[in-house]
Amino acid sequence: MSHQIGRRKFILYGSAALGTSLLLKACTTPPPESGTASTPGAGSSPATGASPVSNTTSGGGDTIKVGILHSLSGTMSISEKSVVDAEQLAIEEINAAGGVLGKQIEAVVEDGNSDWPTFAEKAKKLIDQDKVVTVFGCWTSASRKAVLPVFEQKKHMLWYPVQYEGQECSQNIFYTGAAPNQQIEPAVDWLLQNKGKEFFLVGSNYVFPKTANTIIKAQLAAKGGKTVGEDYIPLGNTEVAPIIAKIKKALPNGGVIFNTLNGDSNVAFFKGMQEAGLTPDKYPTMSVSVAEEEIKAIGKEYLVGHYAAWNYFQTVDTPANKKFVEAFKKKYGDDRVTNDPMEAAYIMVYLWKQAVEKAKTTDLEPVRKAAIGQTFDAPEGQVTLENNHHLSKFVRIGEVADDGLFKIVFETKTAVKPIPWNQFVADTKGFACDWSDPNKGGKYKV
Amino acid sequence: MLEVLEVIFNGLSTGAVLLISSLGLAIVFGLMGVINLAHGELIMLGAYTTFLVQNVCKAFGSPWKESYIFFALILAFIVGAIAGLILERGVIRYLYGRPLETLLATWGVSLILQQFVRTVNWVLVIGIAIFCLLFFGGLWVLNRLPNFQQIRKWVITVMLPLSIGIAAVTGGFLSQTYKLAVTKPWFGAQGVAVTAPKWLFGGLNIGTLTLPYVRLFIIALTIACIIALYLFFQRTSWGLRIRAVTQNRSMSACLGIPTQKVDALTFALGSGLAGVAGVAISLLGSVAPNTGQNYIVNTFMVVVVGGVGKLVGSIVAALAIGTIDYIIASKALLPLVAASKPLTDLVEFFGSTDMAKVMVFALIIVFLQIKPGGLFPEKGRTVDA
Repeated sequence: MSHQIGRRKFILYGSAALGTSLLLKACTTPPPESGTASTPGAGSSPATGASPVSNTTSGGGDTIKVGILHSLSGTMSISEKSVVDAEQLAIEEINAAGGVLGKQIEAVVEDGNSDWPTFAEKAKKLIDQDKVVTVFGCWTSASRKAVLPVFEQKKHMLWYPVQYEGQECSQNIFYTGAAPNQQIEPAVDWLLQNKGKEFFLVGSNYVFPKTANTIIKAQLAAKGGKTVGEDYIPLGNTEVAPIIAKIKKALPNGGVIFNTLNGDSNVAFFKGMQEAGLTPDKYPTMSVSVAEEEIKAIGKEYLVGHYAAWNYFQTVDTPANKKFVEAFKKKYGDDRVTNDPMEAAYIMVYLWKQAVEKAKTTDLEPVRKAAIGQTFDAPEGQVTLENNHHLSKFVRIGEVADDGLFKIVFETKTAVKPIPWNQFVADTKGFACDWSDPNKGGKYKV
Repeated sequence: MLEVLEVIFNGLSTGAVLLISSLGLAIVFGLMGVINLAHGELIMLGAYTTFLVQNVCKAFGSPWKESYIFFALILAFIVGAIAGLILERGVIRYLYGRPLETLLATWGVSLILQQFVRTVNWVLVIGIAIFCLLFFGGLWVLNRLPNFQQIRKWVITVMLPLSIGIAAVTGGFLSQTYKLAVTKPWFGAQGVAVTAPKWLFGGLNIGTLTLPYVRLFIIALTIACIIALYLFFQRTSWGLRIRAVTQNRSMSACLGIPTQKVDALTFALGSGLAGVAGVAISLLGSVAPNTGQNYIVNTFMVVVVGGVGKLVGSIVAALAIGTIDYIIASKALLPLVAASKPLTDLVEFFGSTDMAKVMVFALIIVFLQIKPGGLFPEKGRTVDA
């Protein structure tokens, strides 16, 4: 009998605790948003109430609904949360400046839960139920591939903010992160010129690192470099001793390490390098998934002197970037940093806004047409949306400095045009993509 | 010679990490038979404790900054043990002997803990504190009324929404007044950085071989934990009671051993060890909300292979799995099989971190076919007893 009461008591207390935490969460979510009604320019916004950006569906004809679809829980929330922050900042700024076509933008935020089928489901929900006019979202290639059929079938529009492996060019997606030729290839060229000819490739075991390494190997073979070894770690694995041992064996006197690890494995890898005495002067490591946020999580002591290739660093010296970093820190706190995917996410909201303004409607087809050729004075410099739905971007290489930010050691003078179909891979050599010409489309032979 | 030494050392250190992360589970799952899927999250709490202690000690300056790791060990054990105690008293004790429910409940707890770490901020903490104070404090006070048992239902019906309401309103008020200062997450979804103290940087050089101090530290810590556990189980009266309850629960109860207290203590001990493991892994890998998930499969693997019910099984299993995993992944066997082409190809094929995992799991499956009870099977107090 006492057991019975105990269980009932437990359920009661349990639901009580859960209820409190839910309530508290509900109460704590609005403030950061309504609190920012006081950010610069917000005073000039006329019609809106306290919180222009919220995930409530208030309906009404005075707002334009857009979808935000990222992982707010699960493994990928580590990276995707900050991208959502950047997108909401952009939406808020646009709203404060009067919105789009005289209407306020209302963001419907959905959580993909780091689970690819959930992404597809939520994409359907955003399109069918919330009737959003566009979706900003995804991080991993797997999640993008999962939602791609949804967007193609419904002829809808996705803006994707992350550097990726290329080999895709959908009419329904705008890619504002780097294609391989805007990140990986310049990085390899720079390493060959400045750091050495012998490369060891380390990556997580999934599509991006594998494709990236195929490209790097082909490029090294073409340009006189040498791949001395290659190894993959399952996502989330943190035991790196075997890899370190192999690197030491393959490169006893030092050499270049090209790192396409993603997420937590990076932390273990750099700690392992440091432990084993593989210092950046002998073993310079070039990473393509380590940005300012990751430096904070890994600990700068382990990273100083190593390199990363991106299109944007927080330390980029442009007026637009100064404004962006300031606005971001004001909204989210002084200890936050900005990074490349966040910048790409910020850009894409503005590009969409410009396209809508040019098309004078939010209808999908006119906006898609109007989007091509849009230029924007982005924090990284002036970018242009090309006819292959990718963005021409600046390429930069940064060295991790003592303050945990990057010292830019190389940057291209002009924006590099994107090449989604890789010219180093036999299957796609000679192909290109052009959505401005109906006869060419996503993949045509040049 | 040096190469053999390198293989032994790296295998040992891989095994030590496996072992220290599964020691707690060896007690909770091995001895008590509780399938605790939240074990990984207890490790994570230990890792976050390390982060907090590190930051506090940094603020105090030099002598403290370098020795934070020892305070972290003690505090992580306490944090883990308290979390385990709450878990056992609040959830698991109602589910003894029901493995499926335990499995689901602890998995739920693991999700709650992960999300808690992501979202925890001052508002949440203050809100929960106010709720607990009002609700449980109120119940405690009213408990003194003579007719409490009759009005208990009513009291709870009234008090519950009232406490939730007050806590929520206070939280809402605080977040409106102080804004970012109180609503900013303490840790956030991003991982946090734990940096090993200066004296653990670098390593011991023997010829071309480097033995990293961090690895040596973890091996030493693991050995210390095992010795401490041995002494506790063999030399103290509570250790004796735990062993007695493990072997025969009803007989122990008849002889006057407070089995409920023993359960709570055993669980807290296992959870505390998970906290200590958190300190160790924070030196090697990432400290993030999902850190625990990276270790949970490995820990169960060790305990199952070692045989449920005996600690020595887990020790041998962890070292064996660690060494085999390292040997396969690093292609250490290559010189031995150089003569034979097909064998060389085989070693090359499995010679990467991800393929080595496949191989290890395949070997474990084969092993469990031969010895289903694990290395050292012993009839403990199993889940269905």
